[in-house]
Amino acid sequence: MDKLLKLLQENARFSNERLAAMLGTTEQDVAERIEKYEKEGIIKGYQVLVNYDKLRPEHVTAIIELKVTPKRNLGFEEIARTIMMYDEVESVYLMSGGYDLSVRVTAKDFKDVAMFVSHRLAILDSVLSTATHFILSRYKENGVIMYDEPEDERGVTLL
Amino acid sequence: MTPVDYDSILSKKAKDIKPSGIRRYFDVANEMEGVISLGIGEPDFKTPWVIRKAGMDSLAQGKTQYSANSGLADLRVEITNYMARRFGLVYHPQDEVVVTVGGSEAIDICIRTVLDNGDEVLIPEPCFVCYAPIVTLSGGKAVAIPTKAENKFRLTAQELREKITDRTKLLILPYPNNPTGAVMRREDLEEIAAVLREHNILVLSDEIYAELTYNGRHVSIASLPGMRERCVVINGFSKAYAMTGWRLGFAAGPAPIIQQMLKIHQYAIMCAPTTSQYAAIQALKNCDDDIQMMVDEYNIRRRFLVDGFRRMGLSCFEPEGAFYVFPSIKSTGLSSDEFCEQLLHAQRVAVIPGTAFGASGEGHVRVSYAYSLKHLDEALKRIQRFIESLTPVKAGKTASHVL
Ligand SMILES: Cc1ncc(COP(=O)(O)O)c(C=O)c1O
Repeated sequence: MDKLLKLLQENARFSNERLAAMLGTTEQDVAERIEKYEKEGIIKGYQVLVNYDKLRPEHVTAIIELKVTPKRNLGFEEIARTIMMYDEVESVYLMSGGYDLSVRVTAKDFKDVAMFVSHRLAILDSVLSTATHFILSRYKENGVIMYDEPEDERGVTLL
Repeated sequence: MTPVDYDSILSKKAKDIKPSGIRRYFDVANEMEGVISLGIGEPDFKTPWVIRKAGMDSLAQGKTQYSANSGLADLRVEITNYMARRFGLVYHPQDEVVVTVGGSEAIDICIRTVLDNGDEVLIPEPCFVCYAPIVTLSGGKAVAIPTKAENKFRLTAQELREKITDRTKLLILPYPNNPTGAVMRREDLEEIAAVLREHNILVLSDEIYAELTYNGRHVSIASLPGMRERCVVINGFSKAYAMTGWRLGFAAGPAPIIQQMLKIHQYAIMCAPTTSQYAAIQALKNCDDDIQMMVDEYNIRRRFLVDGFRRMGLSCFEPEGAFYVFPSIKSTGLSSDEFCEQLLHAQRVAVIPGTAFGASGEGHVRVSYAYSLKHLDEALKRIQRFIESLTPVKAGKTASHVL
């Protein structure tokens, strides 16, 4: 992957000035490349990575596996589009293997998630079955380690 | 019972090795809470997994014996392949390579092999701290050649020529350089080689940072015409492959020298660690991509720091190798020692005074970028605050300009 994208993935708040210095190029070049990525839809946005484990009041996240019957012509797309419209849905993936759709949902408690599954998902025509897995602890999210990393405490030596 | 008189038992040579003047500074820095250190000279990366796995596999297979004195035959073959592939240097695996306990041991046995009492060794400074004490222990005389910031800390033919005497036996050529990050380009080496070809002087070329260069590939002085027979090339796995703890390096050079070095190695060490040697075979065979990944990462950090220091108004020459920047702190009006001491106490950031690497390092500090960007970012912010707190000096200067 392009180094500019990698740096932005690591920290989207690096200024263009800083990015230019690190990549050995000009600020203008960085600005242009970012704009191009945005236009092409390669950069889809800039978000904050929230550590829900620390957020109060608490939130719960679940990954829900769905088995569905695909619609003729439309395949899985129609059902995926329906599901992704709900605000509590963070991601929807079409999967290979033992089930069809993977849906990630964050809500304020277990009951909310349970309600979402029974009232929003289970009732959909093409949904054959659901299996809900609650996330117990977050270690790493989008490449970022979510627990407080130990500081680099290597001391000072003459080597 | 006669009490032991250590003073009369200990050798004068050992006692004459001066303890580093900045040991106290290190002690304070290492004990202080919440210190951000930029002081270390070893990679923050872990050894690539395939290399670690190769080491573990060799243990699982029970390969726990001594190896041949000069190192595993397969490893010596891979080392010569590597030297040919990366630096265009051709050595015979049978008698021109010895595998050592780090580059450190290779430096030690090379110096010991060459020196008789009173022989002189030329050492460009600022440089890594081990050469002069080993020279002294071997009965030789260390002759410093101060290099200059305005020459980008490169050794010049003129400076070299001025220091050569009838007693000169060895030139240490420590590039890419710790602590300055300086490299010698082909044209710089050509000039040095031209001087050396007229003399009976050997070169110990410490190329431990050869893989870590950022503006073009490393050139070994041994690859210049007529120089192979005058050079012992030292390299190792610590920096390129992030393998400091494995303690593995090597020396390559003409058989008449390597075979003498091998005798000392054999009696002092027997052989380098066998597990590390099996791991190193894997490193040389399959890890060029891992090196590239680390180099790309270091390069980003290097630019980040140079840019950061320049923004603070410190002049910072662009280091082209190793993983150190060596900014000038002269504009603060402080000496290197004062700067480091005050920075540590005011902002809890530890960097190393340039003078630790030779008197010519005065006015500079060594900053390592073997740290994550996040760590470096926080350190730069603190250094910036420290520099700003010194503004009385700067304000004075500005005021006099206004007048
Ligand atoms: C210039 C230089 N040479 C040699 C060494 C020795 O490295 P090792 O013994 O780990 O190979 C170092 C380590 O810091 C160094 O900076």
